[in-house]
Amino acid sequence: MNTSLKVLSLSVATALAMLGCGKKEEAPKPAQQAAAPAPAAPQPVTVKIGHVGPLTGGIAHLGKDNENGARLAVDEANAAGIKLGGAPVVFELLPEDDQADPKIGNTVAQKLVDAKVVGVVGHLNSGTTIPASAIYNQAGIPMISGSSTNPALTEQGFKNVFRVVGRDDQQGPAVANYLIATAKPKVAAVIDDATAYGEGLANEVEKTLKAAGVTVLPREKGTDKTADWKAVLTKIKGKKPDVVFYGGMDATGGPLLKQARELKIGAVFSFGDGACTDKMAELAGAAAEGLICSQAGIPVQAAGKKFLDAYKAKFNIDPILYSPFTYDAAWLLIEAMKKADSADPAKYLPALQSIQYDGASGHIEFDEKGDRKDAEMTIFTMKDGKVTPLAIIKGGKSLTLAEYAAQSAAK
Amino acid sequence: MEIFLQQIINGLTTGSVYAIVALGYTMVYGVIQLINFAHGEVVMVGAMTAFTVIMALVGAGVPLPPALIVLAGVLAAIPVCMAIGYALERLAYRPLRHAPRLAPLITAIGMSIILQHVALLIWGRDPRAFPQIMENASFAIGGAAISTVQIAIILLSLLMMAGLTWFVYRTKFGIAMRATAEDVRVAALMGIDANRVIAATFVIGAALGAVAGVMVGTYYGIAHYTMGFTLGLKAFSAAVLGGIGNLAGAMAGGILLGLVEALGTGYISEISDLCRWPLVGDLITERCAADGHVILFGSNYQDVFAFLVLILVLVFRPSGLLGERVAERA
Repeated sequence: MNTSLKVLSLSVATALAMLGCGKKEEAPKPAQQAAAPAPAAPQPVTVKIGHVGPLTGGIAHLGKDNENGARLAVDEANAAGIKLGGAPVVFELLPEDDQADPKIGNTVAQKLVDAKVVGVVGHLNSGTTIPASAIYNQAGIPMISGSSTNPALTEQGFKNVFRVVGRDDQQGPAVANYLIATAKPKVAAVIDDATAYGEGLANEVEKTLKAAGVTVLPREKGTDKTADWKAVLTKIKGKKPDVVFYGGMDATGGPLLKQARELKIGAVFSFGDGACTDKMAELAGAAAEGLICSQAGIPVQAAGKKFLDAYKAKFNIDPILYSPFTYDAAWLLIEAMKKADSADPAKYLPALQSIQYDGASGHIEFDEKGDRKDAEMTIFTMKDGKVTPLAIIKGGKSLTLAEYAAQSAAK
Repeated sequence: MEIFLQQIINGLTTGSVYAIVALGYTMVYGVIQLINFAHGEVVMVGAMTAFTVIMALVGAGVPLPPALIVLAGVLAAIPVCMAIGYALERLAYRPLRHAPRLAPLITAIGMSIILQHVALLIWGRDPRAFPQIMENASFAIGGAAISTVQIAIILLSLLMMAGLTWFVYRTKFGIAMRATAEDVRVAALMGIDANRVIAATFVIGAALGAVAGVMVGTYYGIAHYTMGFTLGLKAFSAAVLGGIGNLAGAMAGGILLGLVEALGTGYISEISDLCRWPLVGDLITERCAADGHVILFGSNYQDVFAFLVLILVLVFRPSGLLGERVAERA
């Protein structure tokens, strides 16, 4: 009784505290805006950069990881004392939570536009990034996603939309070809979580498998909240696949893999980048061992050492997945502003389009669509509870981690 | 056939859990005609509490057999959930007992959001892997596999259902509950302390919910602060399917819903594959030849079955399969 009263009063107190915080955050705004239109005086100008990813819900840990990457970049930029148009600049990161939900994604995108951000890093999921990109496009604000891999994002013809990871139509074939070469499947099952990301990636994998003559079972689907995969898996079990590919995130992929092994499905399991994390080992336990998964970029372990050390020092945890990419995305915005000597989106956008930058995730250049030129793909396996890189695929060639490191060092 | 049998086993397991959660909805509704939408969150808190206790015991290396560690988790979750059940009734619903019926309904939704966010503060936003420390052996029944966890869930659910039925129909307090459900004022005139009975109804429902939470966590292998929401809605649909306010109805409704869900998910894409239908298949032969399948509904409709059942019941038999009273009261 007492504990529950405490819990209730705690929650009320927290709610009040949250209201209080909201007010506190709003309070300094007029001061900042008042400072902005006086560039003649050497007062610092505030430049707002937005970051959007899910901070609540099943993949909030990945959203927070992305946000940390962008925050690290912004803090480093502030420490570097950057000047634009002669005035010192203070970069401010506005983090937003889209809950991996396209509707909320659009709402917070509009909120960032209204808050006059000059650039956006994000969103995390293709499903929220694609609709939100139209809002940024209309407002003329450059956005760089560090993790949205659905090809449709950069196929819309928007000049302000970029990504620093590879595309599903590169990742899907890469992982499917790896499976074909190693597992030599005759029958394959493909499952997705009915999101733009999961379905898009699953389609690419299915295409490559079919092209290689593998029989692919009719597509099975869950949702991005499914915890009970038993019915779907039971059905697949009856068709005896050699390989099962799931396009989805780790929060749903973990239970899927665990339940599959409980049902004694012996197939090789393979996931895309959203479920290629150490969290998989925790969620699926011993069932995760031997999982094959892929990422549309270099592995976190292969990211720049400077980034890895700074991240660990600042947040006291290791980066999870795509934070090297959001770190680079935030720096790309800032570097383009430096080149154009302006934080005006219209002025620095051309500089961003033609940028050449060596970041934590390697060398970055954009093609005319806004995709990263010559993006790397990595194939991993789950070994002793850790995702372990097997091969980095660059320009159609498969390299080991050591070979890749030697190659980047040679540059 | 093996696959069909396996789906039946899957359905019986989830159905048993739905039934236990549905009992919490139906008991409260039976007594005060309130739909306690925060009940799903009580189940979630049960799962999370058990998760914390089990992890702590395993982490501390307490030399107990695995079954006893799980039992300790369950025993810790039950009083926590009972306390929350009591607090919900005392703080959120009792002050509104004579208010228009919409008011407690809205409070219930508010309580569900508060509980979710308190859980978010305590347990964080990451999905938690529910510890699997018991040996999960599986046995073959006619080609299908049934695991120890599944057997435990089904047996324990049956035991709890039987226990509750005995309690409600054979004990003095159970008679008081049924009298209060019949008419609060008349029961009060007969010397029944209505407040005590109503509070007890919440507390018993919450205790059942705590056990259901541990079952779900163990079965799916995952616990998360949002897990109570869909589960609560499904159990509510199960209660309506059986006839809300009716104990036997909630049990039947839960198990039936579990079976519908498992079989529906297992077979809907095959049934809705247009290429298998003789007349329709002929019309779209080109698309069928190209891909082999034109599937109208995929297995992602799993969560839809509960609500489809809910709508069908409300349209064709508003009082549910075994209920009688809903129509006159609503």
